[in-house]
Amino acid sequence: MTPFVDIAFLILSFFIMATKFKPEEPVKVETPNSVSSDILKEENALLITIDKDSKVYLNISSVKDENKSKLGEIIDGINTSRNLGLTDAEKQSFRNAPIIGVPFASLKGFLDLPKEQQGKITQPGIPVLDSLNNELVWWIAEAKKTFAGGRLLYLIKGDNNSKYPTFEAVINALRRNEEFKYNLITAQEGAPEGTELFFDRLKK
Amino acid sequence: MASIDSGGGDSGHKKGPGVKKAKKLSTRVDMTPMVDLGFLLITFFIFTATMSSPTTMDLNMPKDTEKKEEETKVKQSGALTVMLGKGDQVYYYEGELEPTGANFKQTTFKGIRDEIIRKKKEVISSYVTDPACEQKARDKGKKDPRAECQDQDFVVVIKPMEDATYKNTVDILDEMTINAVKRFAMVKISDTEKDLVKATEASTGIK
Repeated sequence: MTPFVDIAFLILSFFIMATKFKPEEPVKVETPNSVSSDILKEENALLITIDKDSKVYLNISSVKDENKSKLGEIIDGINTSRNLGLTDAEKQSFRNAPIIGVPFASLKGFLDLPKEQQGKITQPGIPVLDSLNNELVWWIAEAKKTFAGGRLLYLIKGDNNSKYPTFEAVINALRRNEEFKYNLITAQEGAPEGTELFFDRLKK
Repeated sequence: MASIDSGGGDSGHKKGPGVKKAKKLSTRVDMTPMVDLGFLLITFFIFTATMSSPTTMDLNMPKDTEKKEEETKVKQSGALTVMLGKGDQVYYYEGELEPTGANFKQTTFKGIRDEIIRKKKEVISSYVTDPACEQKARDKGKKDPRAECQDQDFVVVIKPMEDATYKNTVDILDEMTINAVKRFAMVKISDTEKDLVKATEASTGIK
């Protein structure tokens, strides 16, 4: 039995070391599968999440930016351009907020909440469907300005059951900011047998 | 396992009657509970492990242009228009939509793949050598210029309806990758097509 137990503990140590716990997601999203096999890179990214009720959330992450000064610049810009009248404490709260899914009108109130509650309450989503009042356009414009010169990925993470018009509105918001390259976050699946891609990958 | 010397019978002289000899205890540890715990942990980690990291799918959209000469020309003979409707249904037609709607067909995501493959083959078989395109491919250092150019007229136009889900959209974009469709476009659906899809949905009772 001893070798058997040895192997078992070897497997155990492998799993303990290989496991990377998922960070808790404030919004649950089930992404569709795709045959794409590009692994998501860790870079400055503007993540647009569309949940199953077609609500839009925003999350900006900048790597190698310990005190999140980029996020500070973004909220400063939004504060000025949209005339929100945020206090310094609210701006600080934005830097630590898990995910933003509120219209500008209620952003102040949302940022006043303590951090634990921000992650818990159901947010109404950023309004995008009305093309005259697509608030995502402002967010993207501000992020683009802040990250100008560096690389910024536009990630779209949609839920299986979200509706197409929301996705289209998100794309339109990006297009209005002259951004035409996006990455859709998907789960991996193999190429179906007998298709061109399948034989292409076999050759490689 | 290391055994501990219990010190029995070393000096040689016999113990007298009445002196009890210390009972030799087994020093082997029962490992069963430890192994049990080990397996429990293995199962736990196997279940919680997220092996696959998320992947990304690149999507490039064209720039909006008002200049006529910048617009991409599409040959009707090589066009396949795909509409995404409710309940994972797919509608399609080849070339131009006939006013009667005779070439408007309904299928599923399984069926559309065969349709794309068939249409692609059709376009390839009716390929007339295009020297300009093949020269361009040769200049780029492509080994087989003919293969680069023979499907140049094949274009898939994707038109999702309001009821289509995000999954449908990703699936159809995936289908483009799977079948190596080089040219495709996402276009807003026209009213005629919308009406046709709605009428079909009403008659087949898809919700």
